Amino acid sequence: MSILTAFLALGGLTLLLAVLLIVANKKFYVYEDPRIDQVEDMLPHANCGACGFPGCRLFAEALVSGDVLPGKCSVSAEQDRVEIADFLGVNLGSEEKRVARLACNGGTNVAINRANYTGIPTCQASALVSGGGKGCFWGCLGYGDCQVVCDFDAIQMNQFSIPEVDVDKCTACGDCVEACPKGLFSIEPISHRLWVACKSLEKGDDVLDDCEVGCTACGKCAMDAPANLIEMVNNLPVINYSENHNTRIPIERCPTGAIVWLDDKLGAQKGKEAKIIVRKGQKMMGGS
Amino acid sequence: MFTNQSNNTFNHGIHPPENKEETNKLPIRQFPFSPVIILPTAQHLGKPSEIIIREGQEVARGQILANATGYMSVPLHSPVSGRIRKITNVPTISGKMVPGIIIEPFAASGQEVMEGNPVDVNHATPEEILKAIQDAGIVGLGGAAFPTHVKLKVPEGKVCEDLLINGIECEPFLTTDHRVMLEQAEDIFMGIRYLLRATQAKQVIIGIEANKQDAADYLTGLIPEDLPLKVKVVPVKYPQGAEKMLITSILGKEIPSGGLPIDVKVVVVNVATTAEIGRLLPHGRGIQERVITITGPGVSKKGNYRIAIGTPLRFVLEQVGVEDTVSEVYMGGPMMGVAVSNLDISIVKGTSGIVVFTEREAKKDPKVYPCIKCGACVDACPISLNPSKLGILAKYEEYDKMAEQYNLLDCFECGSCSYVCPSHIPLVQYFRLSKTIVRKRIAS
Repeated sequence: MSILTAFLALGGLTLLLAVLLIVANKKFYVYEDPRIDQVEDMLPHANCGACGFPGCRLFAEALVSGDVLPGKCSVSAEQDRVEIADFLGVNLGSEEKRVARLACNGGTNVAINRANYTGIPTCQASALVSGGGKGCFWGCLGYGDCQVVCDFDAIQMNQFSIPEVDVDKCTACGDCVEACPKGLFSIEPISHRLWVACKSLEKGDDVLDDCEVGCTACGKCAMDAPANLIEMVNNLPVINYSENHNTRIPIERCPTGAIVWLDDKLGAQKGKEAKIIVRKGQKMMGGS
Repeated sequence: MFTNQSNNTFNHGIHPPENKEETNKLPIRQFPFSPVIILPTAQHLGKPSEIIIREGQEVARGQILANATGYMSVPLHSPVSGRIRKITNVPTISGKMVPGIIIEPFAASGQEVMEGNPVDVNHATPEEILKAIQDAGIVGLGGAAFPTHVKLKVPEGKVCEDLLINGIECEPFLTTDHRVMLEQAEDIFMGIRYLLRATQAKQVIIGIEANKQDAADYLTGLIPEDLPLKVKVVPVKYPQGAEKMLITSILGKEIPSGGLPIDVKVVVVNVATTAEIGRLLPHGRGIQERVITITGPGVSKKGNYRIAIGTPLRFVLEQVGVEDTVSEVYMGGPMMGVAVSNLDISIVKGTSGIVVFTEREAKKDPKVYPCIKCGACVDACPISLNPSKLGILAKYEEYDKMAEQYNLLDCFECGSCSYVCPSHIPLVQYFRLSKTIVRKRIAS
């Protein structure tokens, strides 16, 4: 008898809750475009944020609502983007590929360390201890926070402890931009070949004391460049990318090679007059 | 409210070797002017001051070089008579390049100082005194360099009952406050008169640790009859000199998390700052020099020196006979000071000492072992945080959790946890990093 009571009571409760759930499901139903799920499945699930949305799901919603075009996703392969565009019946939308660029070339072979840092081996931590041991305050500290934070294996530290970006793998997600305590990374369209690889606001010998490849603010690049292309601001050349910047002339007379030409295959190219660096070991303070 | 007045100290804390005996008997001596003076405009917490002179101009000792740029800022006075060589970016201890002034002192630059308007302690209003303290460029000389007039301002609706003068100096190696108390008693008492008028406090207590009994006895014997002043000696323990710990030790009150001393009706001022107020305000001078301890195994002429602000560190080390084999230089003490990465920085208002270790004493990057959950750091933390848990969270970058659930932002980086950790985990460095990241996240 008692077992029957228990059975009925629980069974009744179950039934009641089931009815409640059914009612709630019908009453509070929100229509969601089924295409959002499908589009999301076609996206790379990297949730990197390169598109400007906080994840692939929200990007999918924006795609379906027509706010953006599939070309905005810099991570997925070309054919995946075409597939999404076909599925939604929209244009592919062309976004120029953008990549992370580093505004420093001061590796251990050319830039001095004033002090040896011991402690937590990250750039963030060492930057908090008197700005790190590097001679140049603006320069790359070389502990590779950017390499760690990159989800796409696009950043490798080279033998001189300077990060190198693999432009094929880079998706312009911007994680490295945030990770760098010195703010050396920026996301640039890949067509921006003319590049200033230095952030030091000092000039002349003050720069050369710390780093052999820093910008000494001599201004030769600004003089040689076509009108309005380069302006010297705070001891650094600033390239006005709204002008025609497809020229190698400005790099040719740079004495240190601080302004470079970023070649797809050959990497950063220095001008003819740039000092040639043969040192492979570490540059010491006071040494030549 | 939790009280432990019975034992005159706070809970937890550590006892590092004091290492004060080599300099605490040495009187304060004047340091020579260096051939070049480097003055960053950001010597205090808050907004940097704004330069009002130009290159090539000749300035007198005590002349204002840069004006305060608002309430959280103080002016900068010239520490020497000389010519402005350059206005440019200069390096600072934080590693940042900030706008600064480079002065070449005249060979004949003497000790005479250009003076401003004196402030009469018996007639000035509290506001006038606070303004005078700001105009004198005075900041906390204990090391934090917080503008003193901001600290002394009792907010609307609050009262200050007790004024504590911090003569604890718990940091190992440093003896500046000790010497100031022994040599500048009159300045301290004069400073207290100004502070009393500015804060309207009812009583003043000078807190001194038991290892400076001579200073305590000396000051007690000289107390003017009209001052409501007491000297209280407390047992030696680190970090007793921290504001929160000092209030607990002397008054038995505890500041709530995230609160300020004024929340428990207290204002705390460092004893060197007090002495400087008493020394400068009667003449309307600005601050152009301060007392620092230069010590450590790497220094041959150890001592307490009155040194011009802006003296380059490289010149200081040359003068006190530091050999080339130096391997570690700290500004401040070894516990809360900052390791120097650049000898081109200069002495600033907040520099309380320079400690130099040779290669022999400097620790050789000890191997870091995993946390064994021994709880030594928990027993050491003076504000009863859980450094062990915080350290583990920091390693896994759970910064928000650290701030929200484990009161990370209450940590004042005294370093007691790192000091006792048997696994050599750089806990306080983790917390400093985490606090910076959390503050950045809050700000954005």
